[in-house]
Amino acid sequence: MKRPVALWMVILVLSILVFFFLNLLLGSVTIPASSVWDILLGGDGDKTVWRNIVLKSRLPQAVTALVAGAGLSVAGLQMQTVFRNPLAGPSVLGVSSGASLGVAFVVLLSGRLGGVALSRLGYMGEFAMTMAAIVGALAIMALIVYVAQKVRGNVTLLIIGVMIGYVATAIIGVLKFFSAEEDVRAYVVWGLGSFARVSGGQVATFAVIMAVLLPLSMLLVKTLNLLLLGDGYARNLGLNIRRARLWVIICAGVLVAIVTAYCGPISFLGLAVPHLCRAMFRTSDHRILMPASLLAGSSLALLCNLIARLPGFEGALPVNSVTALIGAPVVAMVLFRRRKEETGE
Amino acid sequence: MRGEVSIKVENLAIGYRGKHEVKRVAEGISDTIHSGELTCLLGENGAGKSTLLRTLAAFQPALEGNISILGRNLADYGEKQLATVIGVVLTERSSVQNMTVEELVGMGRSPYTGFWGRLRPEDRAVVDSSLEMVGISQFRSRLVQTLSDGERQKVMIAKALAQETPIIFLDEPTAFLDYPSKVEILHLLHRLSREADKTIFLSTHDLELVLRVTDRIWLMAKGKSVQIGRPEDFVIETETGRFYFK
Repeated sequence: MKRPVALWMVILVLSILVFFFLNLLLGSVTIPASSVWDILLGGDGDKTVWRNIVLKSRLPQAVTALVAGAGLSVAGLQMQTVFRNPLAGPSVLGVSSGASLGVAFVVLLSGRLGGVALSRLGYMGEFAMTMAAIVGALAIMALIVYVAQKVRGNVTLLIIGVMIGYVATAIIGVLKFFSAEEDVRAYVVWGLGSFARVSGGQVATFAVIMAVLLPLSMLLVKTLNLLLLGDGYARNLGLNIRRARLWVIICAGVLVAIVTAYCGPISFLGLAVPHLCRAMFRTSDHRILMPASLLAGSSLALLCNLIARLPGFEGALPVNSVTALIGAPVVAMVLFRRRKEETGE
Repeated sequence: MRGEVSIKVENLAIGYRGKHEVKRVAEGISDTIHSGELTCLLGENGAGKSTLLRTLAAFQPALEGNISILGRNLADYGEKQLATVIGVVLTERSSVQNMTVEELVGMGRSPYTGFWGRLRPEDRAVVDSSLEMVGISQFRSRLVQTLSDGERQKVMIAKALAQETPIIFLDEPTAFLDYPSKVEILHLLHRLSREADKTIFLSTHDLELVLRVTDRIWLMAKGKSVQIGRPEDFVIETETGRFYFK
């Protein structure tokens, strides 16, 4: 069977370039394409305001979407393979709930206990939230990794992960109940997820961290391919199942932790993109699927960000609504198609 | 003509070690199996066939006794080494989507491929000859999910061949197949044991078919030891044999 791998890869790369440029071009302020291009090349682009908008607002946002989309999609693919479950996503093990819990603790308790609403602290507050999210997510991940060594079955681990997520949500609920309204609002806004929150200085850090993590996650392709066959066969082919599972969970967990810390919980991208890539490339080979998910994730995140910022919405549309609006039909379509194939209709 | 000793089992006890108690499934198993031999493990459901197979394939530890594979203690093999000595065909139906027959058989080369799992020309040659030997070259490009159960079973056998292990364990390879496919698979396995000098050890319920092809029989009964012998030994006179042949 011939697969149009190269063609799709080229299409994905081109779509990223186009969407990236559109992200810089479109917005509530109209800036001519030639000026955007000029600003990108280091010029002034006629007006200082334009330069500021492009370089300080649109560019960081586009880079954030590019990197976050890639990270979430790669993490989603890894989770779906290791749990052999099409409904697994990057957040399935409660890692993003952990990030939310960390943020909830800091945002909601700072006002209550410290007497200073973090939401008013500006840049420092942003930094504290990012750190809280990373700490929360990594703490939950450490717990999951510990549990993963104790339990054998994938399904058990999956259920425990989901349970941990529920517990985290419940604690957040309690925290909200006792918090000042202003802080709850700050938390809710964080929870909507956004590619726009990361400021210029932080974007560089975010991008560098992901530039290290994403290539590292590519190192797991052979492991993931073996896991496709099921635990028994994978083990017979020389794979240490426990160690493999651990590495994949750690890798996906760290990716989700970092992305969630910077962007808030972004839903659906990580679940939908791997399905999309399997359907496009008609393969299960992770040597193709990993780079494909990375590219498709970036492309789709840029597209979602673009839609969220369409004229008329004025940036008011939460990214999570857009990702779900695009993600849900994609997942449904893929599952329908699979059913059709199985029943031979 | 007998080949070299490939599996030697001495006073083996199998079962599960729980936190508080040890559940013994069978004990006192001793036998020597040679290369080029086809051995069938028979027994009713729940007798412990899968446990025995899992123990022999190093998926779970033995309670007592010794298993030596090609003259070396099974426990002394590392994961990677073992992958080049024992190949398996399991009952678990791998739910791979969008993978061609050729790619799946190619996965059998994993113990020999490098970091990315890329197949070298010599790996491709092994995959080709494995497909050829099992007789499925004609649908090498088809997706595994579109195959029938019998065809899928052949693909998994080809995968085990591509692994180039001297020993192949098969857990109920004929279980979900129609009669002609059962016959075909058993004849295929018999041929492989002879032509490729493989040691083949399989569990099955299909006694009447097995008698025509097997060299040895291991007969398991619940709570008893495993009776081992040539097929003709069982037809003549044994207690459990009577149970089967009445």
